[in-house]
Amino acid sequence: MTFTHPKAQALVQGHAMPTQNRDASVAAPVIHTAVPQGHGVVESRDFKIRARDVKVFYGEKQALFDVNLDIPAKSVTAFIGPSGCGKSTFLRCINRMNDTIPSARVQGSIEIDGADVNARSVDPVVLRSRVGMVFQKPNPFPKTIFENVAYGPKIHGLATRKDELEAIVESSLKKAGLWNEVADRLHQPGTGLSGGQQQRLVIARAIAVSPEVILMDEPCSALDPIATAKIEELIDELRSQFCIVIVTHSMAQAARVSQKTAFFHLGKLVESGPTEEMFTNPRDSRTQDYITGRFG
Amino acid sequence: MTDAAINAGAAPREQGPRPQLSAAEARLKKRYRSEMWFKAQGVAAIVVAMIFLVVLVGRIVAQGYTTFETHSISVPVYLNPDRIDRSALDGVNYDYIVAEAVMKKLNIQDDDLGTTSGKVMDLVSRDLGFQLLDQIKADPSVIGKTIEVTGPVKADADLYYKGEIKRSTAEEDRKLDNQQLAWLDQLEKDGTVKGGFNFGFFTKSDSTEPEQAGVLGAVVGSALMLVITALIAVPVGVLAAVYLEEFAPKNRWTDVIEVNINNLAAVPSIVYGLLGLALFINWLHVPRSSPLVGGLVLALMALPTVIIATRSALKAVPPSIREAALGVGASKAQTVFHHVLPLAMPGVMTGAILSLAHALGETAPLLMIGMVSFVPGVPEGFTGASTVLPVQVFIWENASERAFHERTAAAILVLLIFMIVMNAAAVILRRRFERRW
Repeated sequence: MTFTHPKAQALVQGHAMPTQNRDASVAAPVIHTAVPQGHGVVESRDFKIRARDVKVFYGEKQALFDVNLDIPAKSVTAFIGPSGCGKSTFLRCINRMNDTIPSARVQGSIEIDGADVNARSVDPVVLRSRVGMVFQKPNPFPKTIFENVAYGPKIHGLATRKDELEAIVESSLKKAGLWNEVADRLHQPGTGLSGGQQQRLVIARAIAVSPEVILMDEPCSALDPIATAKIEELIDELRSQFCIVIVTHSMAQAARVSQKTAFFHLGKLVESGPTEEMFTNPRDSRTQDYITGRFG
Repeated sequence: MTDAAINAGAAPREQGPRPQLSAAEARLKKRYRSEMWFKAQGVAAIVVAMIFLVVLVGRIVAQGYTTFETHSISVPVYLNPDRIDRSALDGVNYDYIVAEAVMKKLNIQDDDLGTTSGKVMDLVSRDLGFQLLDQIKADPSVIGKTIEVTGPVKADADLYYKGEIKRSTAEEDRKLDNQQLAWLDQLEKDGTVKGGFNFGFFTKSDSTEPEQAGVLGAVVGSALMLVITALIAVPVGVLAAVYLEEFAPKNRWTDVIEVNINNLAAVPSIVYGLLGLALFINWLHVPRSSPLVGGLVLALMALPTVIIATRSALKAVPPSIREAALGVGASKAQTVFHHVLPLAMPGVMTGAILSLAHALGETAPLLMIGMVSFVPGVPEGFTGASTVLPVQVFIWENASERAFHERTAAAILVLLIFMIVMNAAAVILRRRFERRW
């Protein structure tokens, strides 16, 4: 295996070497992306997000230890692991939602397209318009369906005229697979929808500001199996346009929707690699124990 | 043998669980008993509270409802040009002219000492005399003509008509003698005096004479003062609460501020009066006993309550809404003002209106800033001399005339209705702003 990226080369000597190996193999996106690529050569542009030595502290307590992870563009990456293992914490580092927790402290670097998100020049408000987020519990604003989707474009000035805004709302709802269900009641409250519909509305709201990355924090944990299936289908459709990172408790879900999986345990990234390989041939015994249901 | 063995084995087992079951049943019964006992105590507490409330309100209504009925007298008055000096209209004894007209009605003559006319004057409000003066000033050509004037009877006469001064009381123990009572009976019989709703109570301001005293000045004073209080306490309180809750870092300074706000909410209100006296009147020279200074003092007093209520309303907004807004890239201020504050609005409104209602009923601090004064008129704007409802109650309660006592109760009723209206407004606003999430 050849590493061309200087950082990746440096990491070969580090403890994260096996992880990097796997990253390299998944980053050859023969199966997952449209761009054909040969010989497993890693180019930095294939990775949307690169995390190096990310540590997170909540007050005195360290929640995340030296996470090194590359997240490929235009594919779905799943974070799995038992509760409290740091996967949501890491996810929230990517769009700096941890800034809202006064005691949280983040070290290390997370780069999106080579630019550090924690750099002083990066405005978290702008960052979050590039990195959308979907939460565990569907959290539409207590406003109409239209206003929910239109809010983001409005505050970011993406639409100046009403018909532009309407077009954005319509295309976002269509992308989220919700248009047919709500087209005739756009001006009814978003909170009146079912749980699954609300979650898709929230996804539409995230899409509306045309982000590059969509972070999903256990998006199906509050939904029934049918609604879950719809969301998973939607995630599969969206990955052609967005870099999607999903935290999930369900290993079956990770297996179904993701192309790459990262396993977290006790605040450490234990292993990451192509989903298929992770589930059929995990390297670390802890990963094996977790995915076979021996703990977690 | 096997059957017997089985039976033998089964029998004690059947008996076995029974005592256990009954022990469980007994425990269950005990639990239900304690629950019943607790519920009974709760109901008893509510009954006691209701009794207090009913007695309190019932007492006030029983004492005050008579105020809303009053008796007025209508007499034709001959404006004798010989008695009215056109060059000094204010100096004319109009009360005597009215008394003459009433005596004419009663078919009696004044004696040389004027004792009879004096007694008649004790029955008729001076309001009629003032009406004559006003009419003459408006149109001097009425002098020499006979005009009809209508006005309240004196408070004591009114009390007699309402049965509160009784003929059965010994003559020397009541304010009206037998002759006056006979005149009153005669006037009522021939229709000169009529009972009716006391509109004057709502259209007049304070007066030294009970029959002319009303609450209009106090109501207007209270309303003007509340406007000042609301304009200061609500925006300042809400903004302070939003900053402390949403923007301020959590450190020792904000802890100190928070503790102090909570302490300020518990400071006795009269201390705010002293503060207002020193700060607003002595230092800033705000006109004393004006709605402006009263409103400023009450705004200081209401501020901590508004802040505390707003903060708890903001705390009650689910964090998922904040995350949702931040997640689509809203700034902190946009998150607060587009989403969090609108959702907290019902709680903010309720807190604000309840603290204003509290301010409306406040008396002690206003005594310190000179609002306990006799103000016989509607306040002229925010800086004019004024009184307010609770202080009006306080003033009338201290008055010696008996008729003021029923007016005290009536003013309390007006105050209570004012408060009920405000609280109803709080409920309606809360319903309107309430949204589910």
